[in-house]
Amino acid sequence: MPEIIKRKKPLSVSPLKTSQTVGGALAFLGIARSMPLMHGSQGCTAFAKVFFVRHFREPVPLQTTAMDQVSSVMGADGNVTEALKTICEKSNPSIIGLVTTGLAETQGADIKRGVWDFRQKYPQYEKTAVVAVNTPDFSGSFESGFALAVKGIIETLVPDDKSRKGLRQRQVNVLCGANLTPGDLEFVAESIESFGLRPLLIPDLSGSLDGHLDDSPHNPLTTGGVSVADIATACESIATLAVGESLFSSAELLRKKCDIPAFRFGHLMGLDEVDDWFATLANLSNNPVPERWQRQRKQLQDAMLDTHFMLGHSRVAIAADPDMLAGYHRLLKGMGAETVAAVVPAKGVAISDLDIEQIHIGDLEDLEQVAAEKQAQLLLGNSHAVASARRLGIPMLRVGFPQYDLVGGFQRCWFGYRGTAQALFDLANLVMAHHQETAPYYSVYAQKQDSPQYIENRQQQWSH
Amino acid sequence: MKAKDIAELLDEPACEHNKKEKSGCAKPKPGSTAGGCAFDGAQIALLPIADVAHIVHGPIACAGSSWDNRGTRSSGPDLYRIGMTTDLTEQDVVMGRAEKRLFHSIKQAIEDHQPPAVFVYNTCVPALIGDDIDAVCKAAQEKWNVPVVPIDAAGFYGTKNLGNRIAGDAMVRYVIGTRDKDPLPEGTERPGITVHDINLIGEYNIAGEFWHVLPLFDELGIRVLCTLSGDARFREVQTMHQAEVNMMVCSKAMLNVARKMEERYRIPWFEGSFYGITDTSHALREVARLIGDADLTRRTEVLIEREEKRVRAALEPWRERLNGKRVLLYTGGVKSWSVISALQDLGMKVVATGTKKSTEEDKARIRELMGDDVKMLDEGNPKVLLDTVAEYKADILIAGGRNMYTALKAKIPFLDINQEREFGYAGYQGMLELVRQLTLTLESPVWAAVRRPAPWATTAGELLTVNG
Repeated sequence: MPEIIKRKKPLSVSPLKTSQTVGGALAFLGIARSMPLMHGSQGCTAFAKVFFVRHFREPVPLQTTAMDQVSSVMGADGNVTEALKTICEKSNPSIIGLVTTGLAETQGADIKRGVWDFRQKYPQYEKTAVVAVNTPDFSGSFESGFALAVKGIIETLVPDDKSRKGLRQRQVNVLCGANLTPGDLEFVAESIESFGLRPLLIPDLSGSLDGHLDDSPHNPLTTGGVSVADIATACESIATLAVGESLFSSAELLRKKCDIPAFRFGHLMGLDEVDDWFATLANLSNNPVPERWQRQRKQLQDAMLDTHFMLGHSRVAIAADPDMLAGYHRLLKGMGAETVAAVVPAKGVAISDLDIEQIHIGDLEDLEQVAAEKQAQLLLGNSHAVASARRLGIPMLRVGFPQYDLVGGFQRCWFGYRGTAQALFDLANLVMAHHQETAPYYSVYAQKQDSPQYIENRQQQWSH
Repeated sequence: MKAKDIAELLDEPACEHNKKEKSGCAKPKPGSTAGGCAFDGAQIALLPIADVAHIVHGPIACAGSSWDNRGTRSSGPDLYRIGMTTDLTEQDVVMGRAEKRLFHSIKQAIEDHQPPAVFVYNTCVPALIGDDIDAVCKAAQEKWNVPVVPIDAAGFYGTKNLGNRIAGDAMVRYVIGTRDKDPLPEGTERPGITVHDINLIGEYNIAGEFWHVLPLFDELGIRVLCTLSGDARFREVQTMHQAEVNMMVCSKAMLNVARKMEERYRIPWFEGSFYGITDTSHALREVARLIGDADLTRRTEVLIEREEKRVRAALEPWRERLNGKRVLLYTGGVKSWSVISALQDLGMKVVATGTKKSTEEDKARIRELMGDDVKMLDEGNPKVLLDTVAEYKADILIAGGRNMYTALKAKIPFLDINQEREFGYAGYQGMLELVRQLTLTLESPVWAAVRRPAPWATTAGELLTVNG
């Protein structure tokens, strides 16, 4: 059980946190023909849009209810209905994900009623699903916003029906956390398919934000992802696999609604976690683990041995959302490394029983301070942490959101045996490149004539 | 090089192997030989001289596979890190243009890098086609007025060990004694302390480890005229003949240098090592004893007492973690006993050791250190090593980098002790690095992880399924 150290200072410096609202919107980007809609002022959406565009290097559909001075004070329910209507009119999406901002929640907006109003007023748009989620930025963080949206999607789109469980004998539901990359999700889907099972990813960012080039030059909506109709079949699957602790409660919700057994996993990094994943798939499918995964398992074991010389005893600082912190901590601990500084932007179930001495809820300034104090040698964090690593004089590996200064970082696969092995190689290379050499010793008696002292003396003599 | 010269080098009166029929310099056995050639040995011995341009005369394989093999460190110039080779072509060989190419190569190296000297290493192909590298070097030296030293060490002359000797012989013949040592630098004199000069032969400053030891010599008022060849400069090698004592560091490789310097310049020498507390102290005492300065001897004892106390206190928390751990040590020659002492200082138990390159004297020393129950391995192929690990229940294999993957593939913890390593273990301070690296691998959780079978693999090799 870690000691959780809460924020003590008034000012957040170099924030680590990304808002719940942004996390919530991201979840809806993993559904096909979708439009996330932020209930707030237009700036809320504009910032989020830039955030996503810089990270994914993709156009990203995102709309706003555009609350202004009057509606902020007098009530903005009208903005919700109008925004929903306008989006339906213009783009005819399959789904609109309505997420709230701090502004809307502070005002006391009732988005559920807003949606009800919309349904009453515009029955012609009944084919467009609307999922409304409360995701104010004054609580939680990116990861919890995403999880709330997934829960909202399940609540709204999956029927309460325990009778259809297992009708689709090869289908498994997969709930994946906010910090999985499209590459991670591809591994998740591929590994499931390799056992003859059909993965139903809710949501599926690997279809929409994987950075693919489409035939049509412009799309106002998401160009891939899981369909609304498919989501409804979640009640017919044989199992739910939750990847990332933040999704456990959503898996539990599916169990309550549809009686589907839930299997829980952390991030699929490291030998044990991935072993567990494949063992579960083998059990569910009644099929053996395909040869290629077994081969990759052996490759990972070899990579572990090769890199333990560099990673053993290394002192690591991690700044990440709780699920991701847990994932990297377990991976590194398994290599004999020590997490000496851990900072999360907000609480999450993943950290409650993590075997780290102290976890700070805070910002990158906190990370920097703890890392300096504990003499961390390696930093894991998003692109904002680059400056921290520079000030600390230690190497860093970019993980999580956002990665605006690294091309392709958004889609890298960290999962599975192979993804883990590559992560270990990269980490070990960083340690090796910053290997502390023995400092040269210059003997006072030396005949070498090239020590800094000797050169300095000679220069002084010359200048006289 | 003539057969007579090779025979002369092989006959090393100071080496115990001379008395034995089966010596370390015995002929290699076709189909069952590991280890480097004479060129390899010569290059390893001299490459650490940091400011020299080292030119390998031959087709690409010799330099191409071996340059920038970083282990040794320099505190100043890094010309030694730049690979230089004549990279002979078929045309050069057939048309006899290799000598000309070498001559121009030397010119290029001198013009581009202004080195204090150029070393030219001969290899098999030019040796076979009869290039006269001595003559080329001589002509080049006269033409550009820079020392150009031929190291005639073609691979087929013999083993790595012979190559070491050829290298040492070249130093004695062409370099040592060509310059008087510098006067002591101004401002270094301390009242009541006479500064004495020594050389260290066979110390390569791997990973900068000699920098753990050098401050101790400074403190004692001992000037290291030259280490042959770790972090050395050409101008230092030139003055080696004016030392009072030579220490052969942990290696028989350049024994001929010490012996010849004893003959020519009456410099006494001893063999010692800087691995481990006991051996480091022993080496310092020997230096003082051979110099024969009573005040130095007294100050040396004070320093030893202080350093031993300091490092033993620093090692205390680690000792507990390493105490009783069983080690299979597989290194060549003298290191087999010098490292044993370091490990025993930590409370570890060496259950077996490699003695392939050890002399009878080395072996006697090993018995003295470890008693009769130690297993000595004359042959070190991977299978023998692994069988020994299993039989003697060793917790860790300590050996050269070549055996690293033998150990890892067999899922056995490993520590690299040879020259490619990244960590320095010499001196009192080096012991702290040694314990860090030992615990790092011994206590790593990866061993359990890689030994554990996959969860879906049952004992019968069958699959566990939902239905049982």
